[in-house]
Amino acid sequence: MSFLILGNAPNMPEARRAFLGKSGLLLSGAAVALLAGREALAAKGSQSTAADARILNTALGAELEAIAAYQVGAESGLLQKPVLDLAVTFQGHHKEHAELLAKTIAKLGGKPVSAKARYSFPTETLKTQADVLRFAATLEKGAVSAYLGAVPVFGNRDLVKAAASILGDEAMHWAILRNALGEVPVPSAFVS
Amino acid sequence: MAAAPAAAGDPKAGELIYSRCLACHALAYDRTGPRHCGLFGRRAGGVEGFEYSQAMQGSKIVWSGKTLDRFLANPLQSVPGTAMGYAGVTDPKERADLIAYLKQANASPQCEQSTGHSCRTR
Repeated sequence: MSFLILGNAPNMPEARRAFLGKSGLLLSGAAVALLAGREALAAKGSQSTAADARILNTALGAELEAIAAYQVGAESGLLQKPVLDLAVTFQGHHKEHAELLAKTIAKLGGKPVSAKARYSFPTETLKTQADVLRFAATLEKGAVSAYLGAVPVFGNRDLVKAAASILGDEAMHWAILRNALGEVPVPSAFVS
Repeated sequence: MAAAPAAAGDPKAGELIYSRCLACHALAYDRTGPRHCGLFGRRAGGVEGFEYSQAMQGSKIVWSGKTLDRFLANPLQSVPGTAMGYAGVTDPKERADLIAYLKQANASPQCEQSTGHSCRTR
């Protein structure tokens, strides 16, 4: 099994603390740039804006689920370094996605969904590190498809840039996880 | 515009299409989207305890191959206000394959075990 070794991988106590969840993350510079000057976001017709907020809220729900899924993966005890570090990093990305989506929904006048009190994951099928990686890869691939399906339907095209940026990140997660499983990391020229 | 009816699909090809749905759905349990076990014959908005959009709850759709084909072609046009913010499966053959997979999955032991959960029909 080969995968990219992360530079500056967090040490174990830090990794665990990261998994214990930091809410209210500051937006990264990239996320701020995506939202910068977007006063026009809320200026569109209310029906279109409400529809965009709904799409973003569905995406937010999926990101919150991904955060929880990586938490379950880390706490399973099945992930060893450096795979555990990889999962910490990817969970952190999903937290940034969730933060951006929530702020954008609020900017559009919507109410961001909250994380569920309880998620259903097929934990009975997760018995090895490979099982956890495969489960994560499935979620990431699904996320790529979901954002691909969302990009064409935004009423406000300013939102497409942010969604496409997140899509790119999910695609990289998927490829790295496939690589970690010993699978061809990029199996085709196109994704749907 | 109504979707053109598609020929019978290939469930094996449909399983690959279903991977697109796995961001939000699972066969046997609810996620961001409702479970797909028990889908055929179920009223849209019919999984007990799942938080549907008002649009889906009020759609009066009963899921069948035909209604799924129409919905999946363009969800936002088919049910304006749906939470399923997704452009759809625009290729009729892919839709047919996906629906064939869902029918096969619904008849599988995995779904037979899970449809003990309550759902609203009709």
